[in-house]
Amino acid sequence: MDAAPILEMRHISKRYGGVAALNDVDFVAYPGEIHAVLGENGAGKSTLIKIAAGVTDPSDGELFVEGKRVNFRNPTEAMAAGVVCVFQELSLLPDLTVADNLSIVSPPRRAGLINSRAQRKRARELLAMIGCEDIHPLELVRNLPLSRRQMVEIAKALAKRPKLLILDEATSALTAADVERVYAIIRRLRSEGVGILYVSHRMHEIEALADCATVFRNGRRIETFRKGERSVGAIVQMMIGRELNHHYPEKPVPNPASPVALSARNLTWGQQLRDISLDVRKGEIVGLGGLDGQGQRSLLFALFGVLKGVSGTVEVLGRPLRLSGPRSAMRAALPMALIPEDRKTEGLMLPMNVRDNISLASLSRFQKGLRFDRHSEHAAVERIIEGLNIKIADLAAAVSTLSGGNQQKVVLGKWLMTGPGVILLNDPTRGIDVGTKQEVYRLLRDLADDGVAVLFYSTDYAELIGCCDRVLVMYDGGIARELAGEALNERMMIETALNVDGKGQAA
Amino acid sequence: MNDIRHRISHNGGLLAAVALFVVMFTIYVSNHPAGLTAAVAATAANKAVLLALVAMAQTLPVLTRGLDLSVGMVFILTNCMASAIVVGTIGEGFLGIVAVLATGALAGFLNGAIVVWGRLQPIITTLATGAIYYGIALYIRPGPGGDVQSDIADYATGQLFGVVPMALIILLGVVVFIWLPYRNSILGRAAYAVGSNEQAAYMSGVPVQRAKLLAYTLAGFLAALGGLMLTFNTYSGEASAPIAGTYTLNSIAAVVIGGTSLFGGWGSAIGSIFGAFVLRTIEDLLFVFNLDPLWQPLFQGVVLLAAVSLGALRVLRIRNRLELFA
Amino acid sequence: MNDPKLEASTIPVLRFSLDRSVLIAFGCIILMLLGGALYSREFLSPEYLLQQLQISAFLGIIASGAMMVILIGHIDLSIPWTVTLGAMMATAVAGWYGSMGNLVAIPVGVLCGALVGLLNGLGVAYLRLPSMIFTLGMNAVVQGLMVLHTGGFAPQDHATDAMHFLAVGRPVFGIPNALFIWIIVGAFITFLLTRTAFGRRVYAVGNRETAAYLSGVNTNAVIIWCFVLSGAAAAFAGVLLAGYSTKAYQAMGDPYLLPAIAAVVLGGTNILGGRGNYLGTIAGVILITLLQSILAVMQMPEAGRQVIYGVVILAMLLAYGRSEVDRK
Repeated sequence: MDAAPILEMRHISKRYGGVAALNDVDFVAYPGEIHAVLGENGAGKSTLIKIAAGVTDPSDGELFVEGKRVNFRNPTEAMAAGVVCVFQELSLLPDLTVADNLSIVSPPRRAGLINSRAQRKRARELLAMIGCEDIHPLELVRNLPLSRRQMVEIAKALAKRPKLLILDEATSALTAADVERVYAIIRRLRSEGVGILYVSHRMHEIEALADCATVFRNGRRIETFRKGERSVGAIVQMMIGRELNHHYPEKPVPNPASPVALSARNLTWGQQLRDISLDVRKGEIVGLGGLDGQGQRSLLFALFGVLKGVSGTVEVLGRPLRLSGPRSAMRAALPMALIPEDRKTEGLMLPMNVRDNISLASLSRFQKGLRFDRHSEHAAVERIIEGLNIKIADLAAAVSTLSGGNQQKVVLGKWLMTGPGVILLNDPTRGIDVGTKQEVYRLLRDLADDGVAVLFYSTDYAELIGCCDRVLVMYDGGIARELAGEALNERMMIETALNVDGKGQAA
Repeated sequence: MNDIRHRISHNGGLLAAVALFVVMFTIYVSNHPAGLTAAVAATAANKAVLLALVAMAQTLPVLTRGLDLSVGMVFILTNCMASAIVVGTIGEGFLGIVAVLATGALAGFLNGAIVVWGRLQPIITTLATGAIYYGIALYIRPGPGGDVQSDIADYATGQLFGVVPMALIILLGVVVFIWLPYRNSILGRAAYAVGSNEQAAYMSGVPVQRAKLLAYTLAGFLAALGGLMLTFNTYSGEASAPIAGTYTLNSIAAVVIGGTSLFGGWGSAIGSIFGAFVLRTIEDLLFVFNLDPLWQPLFQGVVLLAAVSLGALRVLRIRNRLELFA
Repeated sequence: MNDPKLEASTIPVLRFSLDRSVLIAFGCIILMLLGGALYSREFLSPEYLLQQLQISAFLGIIASGAMMVILIGHIDLSIPWTVTLGAMMATAVAGWYGSMGNLVAIPVGVLCGALVGLLNGLGVAYLRLPSMIFTLGMNAVVQGLMVLHTGGFAPQDHATDAMHFLAVGRPVFGIPNALFIWIIVGAFITFLLTRTAFGRRVYAVGNRETAAYLSGVNTNAVIIWCFVLSGAAAAFAGVLLAGYSTKAYQAMGDPYLLPAIAAVVLGGTNILGGRGNYLGTIAGVILITLLQSILAVMQMPEAGRQVIYGVVILAMLLAYGRSEVDRK
């Protein structure tokens, strides 16, 4: 490289609580280069981007932009330094017009006020630049479909004249024609000397665009290489790496005679769920795989009755289930339970104590007439705490004081107390320590052996392979493929998830 | 032409409020025994402009997804103040006006400062500051009374060229010289951005804190202008908690009728003006149709409750039940 | 489990902070009494103290209901006219139905309040309207109804003997009946909050409605019941206030809204919901009543009282405010 790096990271680490999202990472990006950033879910890519864009601070390490040491306190400072990010979760303001959004920070002015005519003209130019002349500058962002919003988001980033443009899954919702336009823009920016960081899960995009690529895994940078130096197969191998070998409980021989506990037919919910049918037998652990955000979360919520306007049918032990809410799901022929993804907002009452949290879903059992039987409640909570090996000093301790692993056990304990026959889990091991993960795997298998049906979504492929009898890989709101037996391996999982075919070629 | 279509759709709420007002006012005038004379118009305008100003004030915090429960109290406080210091010669009167408006802005700024830096809920903050402002108003005017510079007052409540109510001209001035510049300023648009999605606004580099501070300060200023006009109408000040409470509640209703979303990011102060006019005309209609005055408060209460209940339409659009709790 | 040190050290702090506001409030009460005693020996006399507790009772009953609503993270601004509604309906029923009316006067008054609470609850739970705005609108509607009621029907407005007896009678050891009633109401609320599944659900909804909903809690029912309790408590206080002042009159509930909310908040109940206990509310109520009394004895005009309320509430909230933000 002749040019000086546009972005340089030295020994960057980021820890969330006890978990390291990035671990002593060195990373360099040069102007006039498209740099692909690759890695599995949770490999540390998004943390890297957030640090570069000033959204979060690194716990350790130094950041340089154009050779100058920087310390961004907020996104505005990063933008001022020329680092502009197109985020996956959109940063557009839904109630404002496209023109307003495109020049939200420094609009053209006349006499100190926003010159809306000039602003509209600028918006038209920017939209023309990305080939979106069909978007009216006075349209409200909330009236645009997701794919058009993403284009506006890109135009907004371009309006800031970035020196380093970061695109985080920026094409995930785009139509094929728009993707081509975005490619053309990116290539033109490259020729103008802009540095580009490009995060994508689509292998063929990387093949088509990138000058070089860096693979991340488990919060570490594994390797940086030039275009053509590595085959797709080798890159996939690099992303998998040699995982920490977990010990997973033995899988029993599948019993096809076991009754179907949970059965869904043609579930459809807007664009997010498309015609999903699945069966989970008693005693079976069925995994949901695929890239994050392919509809897995919505599927679990739909089964639990949280979503409105779901079409299709769900049956529990052959009896139809009304999808009207958690209470109806909990009273199904087999009581259902949902371990939600975000335990802090959906699973726990953080300031409340362990006892109150664990017994919350089973309270009516202890209310006997006017009397609330605190002794049986206490005994039941004790049994759960003992059974799950939850480590707490005292039942009156607020759950917020527990470690992530113990918090997750409290959520599990709350649902075990209800005696569920069908358990839906939404990425239950995210952000918890290895030891607790092992306990969760053991617990799931024990429950299945007792005849519980388990539907288990995880972003960790190794975990799905180790734990599940079968895995349904989701892609774009539908079930792309079912993997079981020999086919249930990491290569197949990643290939199906990335939508590349078995020979290691980009599809 | 496409532009016009968008402009119309952006201002749907405002246009609906204007249409509603025109219809109601036409009915009112055509049933009024005297018809539309300058005097009838001036009386109607003088009453309506008071609520319109307070409703404009309320609009600003609401746009940022806040609320100002102290607008009515600031209105009353500045009324009492004006009845004490807007006196003497015309020059002294104008000095007093400046002081009154500055007090209102200061009260608003205090609200904003507590919300922004103290990070308290706007609702509770303004409930508490409202008590303080009311206390000060009571201190100034323990009983109804006072006076006001009559030349200024007569001019402000009279008619321009004997036809156009001066109060409407003042309101128009507020719209042209305060609201429209604010709406088109960086911080004004930032207020919309904050109300629309505070997180996204922050990520986009919008000056969130300054936008909120300005919104509350300007709200105090506009409420003070309302208080001033009240004094010009009544020639006296009165620290009346019921009046303050009524104006606060009606200002919220006017904001909603005028098409501004209570969840922030959407609406305009011009809509609130017509929302206020609609509310006032309802009162006048009850009068010309000889509705028993006893029924009036109930009728108004029901209209208010129905107006704020329009916000419930949001629930119908929600497809993920968890969003109900957001 | 990775961090036993953290657990051990934070638990006592949390406990302390839970009780700290209550301790501070009780501390303030004692300081105020002592300060008052310097001004006049009367402040420590049993007669004065009983008198204060009697006056506290009315505010205490209103605050009990207000607390339920605040615990679920909402607010009830329809309290002022619900108080008036309770008083007016009770006296009117007594007037309309003679001796039979005297008998049902109090229950009818309370029921009317509960009905307002039910409507509030339905609006907040099912229409998902901000409670702040919906209850404000409801307050206006009830006010309209009461104007119509008094003007249109010229109902009886003086309290029945029973109401008068409950409010000012002192048959047992000279202890006011109103105080006993507050004790009963308080015991009932404490029982609900600490000894029933419902109480658990109230805290759960106040802390995180999403999590409570996903745990199968009927959060709408919890919301509705809390508003019903608030309406009933306010109307009951109105009935007693009518007994205390021997008649029901327009706007008699207006001076109680801010003190009730202030009492709950000063007692350490989190204004965003989920945290607080009844002991704190008791402390808050007595604190506010004493504050009023002392300001009155010192001949502080209404103006100063209003300012002091506002300042005290803001100061307390600012002191607790910081930690609330982090919870989100």
